[in-house]
Amino acid sequence: MAGIKKKDLSHTWEKIKKSWYKFSKNPLSIIGATIVLLIMCLAIFAPFVAPYPEHAGNFVDFRNASQPPSLHHLFGTDVFGRDILSRVFFGFRFSLVMGFVVISLTAPVGVTLGLIAGYMKGTWVDTLVMRLTDIFVAVPPLVLALAVTSILKPSVFNAMMAVSLMWWPWYCRLVYGIASSIKNEFFVQAAEVTGSGKLHIIFSEILPNCLGPILTKISLDMGWVILIGSALSFVGLGAQPPTPDLGTMVADGGKYMPDQWWMAVFPAFAIMFVVFGFNILGDGIRDMLEVEEG
Amino acid sequence: MRLLEIRELRVGFNVYGGTLNVLNGVNLHLNEGEKVGLVGETGCGKTTTAKSTLRILPMPPAEVFGGEILFNGTDVLPLGQKEMRKIHATGISMIFQDPTASLNPVFTIGDQLRDTIRYAGIDGHITKKEIHERAVLSLHDVHLPDPERMLKNYPIQLSGGMRQRICIAMALATQSQLLIADEPTTSLDVTIQAQVLRLLGELVEQKETSTILITHSLGVVREWTQRVYVMYAGSMVETAQTADLFHNPLHPYTEGLMKAVPRLTGEGIAEGISGRIPDYLNPPGGCRFHPRCPHVMKVCREEKPPYFTVDADHQVACFLFKG
Amino acid sequence: MTDEILKIRDLKKYFYTKHGVVKAADGVTFSIQKKETLGLVGESGSGKSTVAYTILGIYGPTDGSIQFKGQDISKPWTKRPKYFKKDIQIVFQDPGSSLNPRRSIRQILELPLKVHRIEGNGGREEQAIRLLDKVGLPADYMYKYPQAIGGGERQIVAIARALATDPSFVVLDEPTSALDVSVQAKIINLLMGLQDEFDLTYLFITHDLSLMRNMAARVAIMYLGKICEIAPTVEFFKNPLHPYTQMLLSSIPVVSEKEEEYKPKKIIPQGEIPSPVDVPPGCNFHTRCSRRMEICSRVDPDMVTQEEGHLVRCHLYTGA
Repeated sequence: MAGIKKKDLSHTWEKIKKSWYKFSKNPLSIIGATIVLLIMCLAIFAPFVAPYPEHAGNFVDFRNASQPPSLHHLFGTDVFGRDILSRVFFGFRFSLVMGFVVISLTAPVGVTLGLIAGYMKGTWVDTLVMRLTDIFVAVPPLVLALAVTSILKPSVFNAMMAVSLMWWPWYCRLVYGIASSIKNEFFVQAAEVTGSGKLHIIFSEILPNCLGPILTKISLDMGWVILIGSALSFVGLGAQPPTPDLGTMVADGGKYMPDQWWMAVFPAFAIMFVVFGFNILGDGIRDMLEVEEG
Repeated sequence: MRLLEIRELRVGFNVYGGTLNVLNGVNLHLNEGEKVGLVGETGCGKTTTAKSTLRILPMPPAEVFGGEILFNGTDVLPLGQKEMRKIHATGISMIFQDPTASLNPVFTIGDQLRDTIRYAGIDGHITKKEIHERAVLSLHDVHLPDPERMLKNYPIQLSGGMRQRICIAMALATQSQLLIADEPTTSLDVTIQAQVLRLLGELVEQKETSTILITHSLGVVREWTQRVYVMYAGSMVETAQTADLFHNPLHPYTEGLMKAVPRLTGEGIAEGISGRIPDYLNPPGGCRFHPRCPHVMKVCREEKPPYFTVDADHQVACFLFKG
Repeated sequence: MTDEILKIRDLKKYFYTKHGVVKAADGVTFSIQKKETLGLVGESGSGKSTVAYTILGIYGPTDGSIQFKGQDISKPWTKRPKYFKKDIQIVFQDPGSSLNPRRSIRQILELPLKVHRIEGNGGREEQAIRLLDKVGLPADYMYKYPQAIGGGERQIVAIARALATDPSFVVLDEPTSALDVSVQAKIINLLMGLQDEFDLTYLFITHDLSLMRNMAARVAIMYLGKICEIAPTVEFFKNPLHPYTQMLLSSIPVVSEKEEEYKPKKIIPQGEIPSPVDVPPGCNFHTRCSRRMEICSRVDPDMVTQEEGHLVRCHLYTGA
């Protein structure tokens, strides 16, 4: 028995090595993973790595306001004298939190609904869920988010709720497509014929086969959610001052373009950097999870 | 001069964990006008051999480690794209196993046939009218009813047998010298298979096209070919005139295969061949069949057996027949 | 008669599509005795898989009845009591998709045990090892995934899975069609050994008549949803009556001259197999039959008994 358990562990290790091989075949994927890892570290350890952590809160220093990039302030300072580099690090926090929260809310909901609708394709359950999805998809995303946040108080939390509302249908559709085709595969019929319950079939037989596209979508989505979140902040409906948020920083800095270009450009590049990192990482994850044939 | 000669071809695939050394010194030849069979089980390398001849293997991860493929005397392996295209046009054509996958579902049969004919005529121009006439003629050759209307159909409107006949029409429309048919009837029903094979036989004889028929069915090879190669794990283990092979199979693998085929006369089910096909990442040394061979000797584990001639045209790659 | 384990009477399964009605199974009648192997042979569109799936309950029948061990099970699996799902199992055709690529072999084998709460001595792991042992696979296969093993071995796992609930009746849907002949021989030997050891009854579906000659006690041929001929194996091959049977037999590529002589004289197959949406009127085979008569295009023949146990559905034998 112990000998077999060892084989089990060595199989798992083999799988990990093989996944890494597939992932690292494309050097860009490694770059993406590095970028994401870097951003996460900067965000988590911002109070320790940022040169001026106190600038992230209520801080004013008009003597040093609107300074161009220098050795003291690599990204320059804004109109309040706050170090932009530090604020960018803290801004990453909100971006990442936005991404994680939205996706942890929308993915499970969308995936579950998609699985159920896909497995029950052709019944009233399918119709109900898919038409519900259609309704949410039909509303232009930013409009929906704007509507929600203007009814409620503008805040990061409400922005996240708003984005979540329009995000879940895409997971639902993705999984619906896969689930409705997988349910006809022989292994699903084998499970049904044996007498296994619907819950087991949906979550243990069908779901594992959808994980690849789902995980890929999650990593690509991180970038998009962050972008939408930044857009909301840009129009003032997301994070409120003095909270450092990349979108808000771009909006504020935009007023001073092109003379004090650093105030908008660095935060904008930061957004681009984050989105780029997650996109490339998503491609790598997709490569890694591809099921090989024989 | 032989139409096709493959000498000691070695091809492998670079994958995670190393290199799959699939082709381990393939030796095969074909004279003009011959109908030769290449029989072997899944994974033995028959399709890899065919695709290497046409140079359509994806080059990473595939890699040629040695050997030559001489078509009309010229080695095909070092040729550039332009020369390969000429060979594809009028030299060698191929029919694949799955006719549904070989036909583009969004174009009509007519479009695809006409394209094939047009690209074949690389030197000299061929008018639209001539192309159309040739297309109709080729459909006629494969006994498809109402060719004019058939040209307007899409592949999805046709049955498997019809689609395969169209692939045959496309392969033969270009008057190639050599046709490689890779399991052309494996996905078809038995009665349709009989029809399509008969048709293919008539056509290649009529057009004097030399053919290599690749299959895993011994019965098909016996009915259709004049000479046959038996392939195992990347090289040929036996070759003979077809009638000879079936009367007198020599190689232990060939014997095992013959025994495993269920007989219509009701002789029961044989044991099959013990063991499994080798792992190409780490293939057995010497004769690749030795781990499964009931007559294995010491030398089999150390050296790869060359062809030993037993009779006119009957050669076996097995040390049992040395000297 | 009390030895009959499965009895199908006039089974019909129609599919209603936008192109018309597909009469996949159109009045199929046969029974299987305990510990017998019945070979169900046919080409594309014959309805053989439809019959199998209806027996399993993947489809509910449109008409007709299915009786298993004397009880009526003419309904889809959702409406069947659980103990029938233990007793009737299936091995599917395609080893590639009959095992979930994302589940380990251990999980695949444990599923039927979990569903039916089968406790053995020792835990589930022990049971899985014993199942693997039953079919001759080493215990460490438990942790492998289907892609890591060959097609033949995947089928062996599928067989092990089917045996997990200790069934008495197993439907084998072309279990070896996708496999090489040497692997096929191994699997068939395994199946025959298991049949002896565990008193199993098989419904073996295939297009390979040579295989049936060596495995089945009785053979039934289907064409476009109906049975053409059914007879004990030796009788069937010695005296094939139906023109379609003869056409099938003469199309088989054989490997020896002895077999060549055994085949009926060469009947050249003509025409395409009609689409099941567009079944020819009268006898559904008449469009390809070399011996068709006037009546064949109008009237569908009845099944008649020619010899003991040998039934055929053809105008050549009715009345005459």
